[in-house]
Amino acid sequence: MKTIIAMLVTLTIIGVVSGGGLAMISGWAAPLIAANKKAATERAIFLVQPEAKQYEAVAEVPYELYRVLDEGGQPTGYSFPWEGNGFQGNIRMMIGLTPDLATITAIEVLEQVETPGLGTMILEDPFRGQFNGLKTEPQVDWVKGAPPTKENEVQTITGATISSKAIVDIVNDGLARLRTDLAQGGDK
Amino acid sequence: MSKKQVSLFNDYTKGVWDQNPVFKQVLGMCPALAVTVSAMNGIAMALATTFVLVFSSFIISLIRKLIPSQVRIASYIVVIATFVTIVDLVMRAQFPELSKELGPYIPLIVVNCLILGRQEAFSSKNNPFRSVLDALGMGTGFLIALASLGAIRELFGSRSILGVQLLPDAFEPWLIMILPAGAFLTLGLMMGGLNAMILRRKRREEADILSKHIPKTYVAASEGQEV
Repeated sequence: MKTIIAMLVTLTIIGVVSGGGLAMISGWAAPLIAANKKAATERAIFLVQPEAKQYEAVAEVPYELYRVLDEGGQPTGYSFPWEGNGFQGNIRMMIGLTPDLATITAIEVLEQVETPGLGTMILEDPFRGQFNGLKTEPQVDWVKGAPPTKENEVQTITGATISSKAIVDIVNDGLARLRTDLAQGGDK
Repeated sequence: MSKKQVSLFNDYTKGVWDQNPVFKQVLGMCPALAVTVSAMNGIAMALATTFVLVFSSFIISLIRKLIPSQVRIASYIVVIATFVTIVDLVMRAQFPELSKELGPYIPLIVVNCLILGRQEAFSSKNNPFRSVLDALGMGTGFLIALASLGAIRELFGSRSILGVQLLPDAFEPWLIMILPAGAFLTLGLMMGGLNAMILRRKRREEADILSKHIPKTYVAASEGQEV
């Protein structure tokens, strides 16, 4: 009985002390962490919309979506974070779109765990650059082993076909959601 | 140096070499293999682990006589987890880039058997001063191992060390070095190399002793030569 009480008391004290200490440190760190996260999102928003000067969150959709504006406050497009499955894990990316959603301005991969040296070529310009000015109607298509012939096509990377297709799929998936939701909300 | 000083000094140095956590005790393999794709990642991981190790060792050594032995492991884990959470919060607040790289591996320091092992083997039996020395020594050993592992993998896998390009562009990076398999290969070769070195030195020492204590003719005869 005595040991049981000693065990309970010891563990309780250790738990309370460590919990209290962590609460204090978390109180200091939480605002800084939130600021870091905001800075990272902001950086990504302007990366895919180089012309934009300011942005605002769009409240009509149940996920993150940012409308970017020029100096005069006129909407010039959307920055749209979306994610999906890659070859080995989640790929999270930021998609830049024109206001009518018909053209991609640029894409940026924010998080990925693709194979280093092969799948990670999706981060590099020979592949990524293909999305600058790419048409999205009726959807983005991919071709393998030959340069794209249509305005809505990209060429997959040799040796990283799955990662390349994953990017195209995420873009199409996000666009499909966005088109329905914005049409319903009458945002256009 | 007095005998006491020698033993304190040994508390520190044994972790650096004789009982190096990675090369000799083969502890803490998860971070040693997983995060060492670059020298910087290895160094950051080792520093985070050392911080947790030193503070946990200090606290546990302080309260070692108050903890009932039945709940000692649970107590160690709570103390270790507290310091790991502190490291995680501080990294996310102050070094977001590094935290993004090491992200999932920082919480796993809690179950790094190097830290739990030192509490059970050393801090729970020794005073706080010696425990901190022991923790610092083990941390240094861990740092040396992870930094060298990371440097070798970064050199051949990305042509650079600490982000500074050292090999020419003509050198095609060995992809395997930054894949998990590269970690196992590098670690295995390093351990093998170190053991071979130690073995050779030991043989030479033994030969020295033999030649001093045994008459020359006897040695020659034992080696099958004509006297």
